[in-house]
Amino acid sequence: MKETYTIIAFSENHIGLLNRITIIFTRRHINIESLTVSSTEMKGIHRFTIVVVESEEQIIKVAKQIEKLTEVLFADWYLNDQIVYREIALYKIPIESAIQKNLEQVLREFNAHVVDVQKDFVIIENTGHIDDTEKLYEILEPYGIMQFVRSGMISVSKNRKELSAYLKELPINEYVKE
Amino acid sequence: MNTNHIITGAEAILLALLKEKTDTVFGYPGGAIMPIYDKLFNRRHQLKHILVRHEQGAAHAAQAYAQVTGKTGVCFATSGPGATNLITGITNANLDSIPVVFITAQVASAFLGTDAFQETDMISLSMPVTKWNFQVTSADEIPDAIAKAFYFANTGRPGPVLLDITKDAQIGQTTFNYKRIKSIRSYNPHPALNDADTKKALSMISASKKPILFAGHGVLLAKATRQLEAFINKTGMPVAVTLLGKSAIDEDSPYYTGMLGMHGNYGPNVLTNEADLIIAAGMRFDDRVTGNLEKYATKAQIIHVDIDKAELNKNVKAHLPICADIKDFLEKMTPMISYKTDEAWLQKFHELNHIEKEKVIDRECSPHEGKIRAGEIVQLLSEKTRGNAIIVTDVGQNQMMGARYYHYKIPNSLITSGGLGTMGFGLPAAMGAQVGQPNRTVVLLSGDGGFQMTMQELGTIFQYNLPVKMIILNNNFLGMVRQWQQLFNDKRYAETQMPTPDFPMLAKAFGIESKLVEERTQLDTAINNMLHHQGPYLLEIKIEKEANVFPMIYPGKAVDEIVLEDAVL
Ligand SMILES: Cc1ncc(C[n+]2csc(CCOP(=O)(O)OP(=O)(O)O)c2C)c(N)n1
Repeated sequence: MKETYTIIAFSENHIGLLNRITIIFTRRHINIESLTVSSTEMKGIHRFTIVVVESEEQIIKVAKQIEKLTEVLFADWYLNDQIVYREIALYKIPIESAIQKNLEQVLREFNAHVVDVQKDFVIIENTGHIDDTEKLYEILEPYGIMQFVRSGMISVSKNRKELSAYLKELPINEYVKE
Repeated sequence: MNTNHIITGAEAILLALLKEKTDTVFGYPGGAIMPIYDKLFNRRHQLKHILVRHEQGAAHAAQAYAQVTGKTGVCFATSGPGATNLITGITNANLDSIPVVFITAQVASAFLGTDAFQETDMISLSMPVTKWNFQVTSADEIPDAIAKAFYFANTGRPGPVLLDITKDAQIGQTTFNYKRIKSIRSYNPHPALNDADTKKALSMISASKKPILFAGHGVLLAKATRQLEAFINKTGMPVAVTLLGKSAIDEDSPYYTGMLGMHGNYGPNVLTNEADLIIAAGMRFDDRVTGNLEKYATKAQIIHVDIDKAELNKNVKAHLPICADIKDFLEKMTPMISYKTDEAWLQKFHELNHIEKEKVIDRECSPHEGKIRAGEIVQLLSEKTRGNAIIVTDVGQNQMMGARYYHYKIPNSLITSGGLGTMGFGLPAAMGAQVGQPNRTVVLLSGDGGFQMTMQELGTIFQYNLPVKMIILNNNFLGMVRQWQQLFNDKRYAETQMPTPDFPMLAKAFGIESKLVEERTQLDTAINNMLHHQGPYLLEIKIEKEANVFPMIYPGKAVDEIVLEDAVL
């Protein structure tokens, strides 16, 4: 059965690694729903958060292939209830429709913010789950959406041993003494 | 030698290779790599360079060199077409887990991304087929990049790596301070074997009545053949090998039961579905081994030991997956184990194999009439070299015949393209094997089709007088494809028939001794003459045109549905 999984991988910060990771998915014809790369609490370590809809069996195989990369420290996979996850969405809508229709109630309901107001448009920011982003999109659609963008999911796992604890045990590189 | 002085990047590359104990490089020069070749000129006595005729040949040769020496192969190519010509060879090494360091030159870093003359994005191109790759854009990065390249290539599950080195990095100045890598935090090449796993394995083995061990390429890569032998001798457990696991165990062993897979032996294939325990040692359950997965190992508990965690539960679910070096596993198990395999179980393999012998092998290897058959050639060769040669095959029927009918005794004595099945692999690989083992007899078995894919390497063999013995099994067909057309396409031989050149005359053009054999009566003498000849030798043998390789697991069929002969023939 296919479900939404989040793969979180930690890696060294090296050129090309993003490519190496994404080709693991493309090669298996798996569509990536969302992918974010960012720095972490540890200097020089990057974090990949990848959301895909797949069977658990396939997810495990993919996570192992990611972890196999020489520059990946580890990769883990989670169902939605095992992580806290959010994405940011920005919606740009025409000022007239914002004024005419009752925007205030929508903002309150979603806990969304207006982050910019200009002569012709307003920009609304919302943080939440994928469903929230999509629900708000539906509501705002009649307003006439000029631009819409979402950040992709970022997530924090609930159960894992913390990265910093794991890394403390490991020196970056060691050389053979001759 | 004081290496701490200022040198160019190109010189640093060569010094780094020397630090890694490289003494042989296969390659081909060109514009972007000229600084390296220029420095090589003065070091040609320390670093032997084999000038191939096509970069693909360099890649295959470097891989075969690595396989027969246990060292890491090294290969040079220039930017652009030189580098792209390597791709098949890199892919081949990747699928068969062979440590090779590929060094490609690149245009100067200022020109990257400009479609400069002979610029290709080798990093992106090689990414899916290398274990690791890295672009070097300054001379200062060279020592560490090379140290990492060797470290990644030859530790853990070995594999090819690629360094793409820009021309300015080759020309730039640097101080040379080389440090070999001991560990890298994101990479664990030697996963620890834990006691719980070996304990569980022991109890699973004791509970079994019909165990079998599958030895894969991992046993050879881990240099664990002695450990395998000790384990097998103590337990009396039947052993079957994969194609690349051939020569992991001496075929004289009473416990050796044959090869697995599509054209493997009858006993181990059929009994895979009878066994109640399979110990999969350093193998990856390739689809050519398993046939139909739904009906595979139906009664067996599986202990799968592999150093690559991603192989565990990939194709076949293991009841006990163990991520460890197979050498560690066997070393730990043997002293602890007291299990003895039921002799009657082992006997079953030999009984089934006896059926195969009567129905397939005797007909293939001791025919009394008709055209010469590939099997009889390989068997003669096996007898005459007493299993001491290094056999290199190309791909197709010749490959299966070479694997099936040579009697392997010495580790790493079959060099063949397993995972990729690369036609054209044979001749350059034979050349690389001979460079690596100049005193051993290296025999190439090639089809007429595959030979024509890389036959320009005759030029290399001639130039270095490499005493490779080349046998072309000429059926004037792309035999393996023709076999499938016969079996599955009602003999519609679409584009598989091929006239061949006069191969002996071709050899002569390169100053290579040669002979054509068409009659069975000439065969014995011809092979003797070839083997006794001092230098390279090409022997073309006209064989039965429409012979088939059997037994065979038909596509989509289960291992125990393996057929000994085609009913409709
Ligand atoms: C580079 C490449 N192209 C195509 C194939 C597909 N293929 C596999 S076996 C084979 C026939 C090989 O014919 P030949 O070299 O004459 O050897 P034979 O099977 O007759 O021994 C072909 C075309 C391949 N394995 N590799």
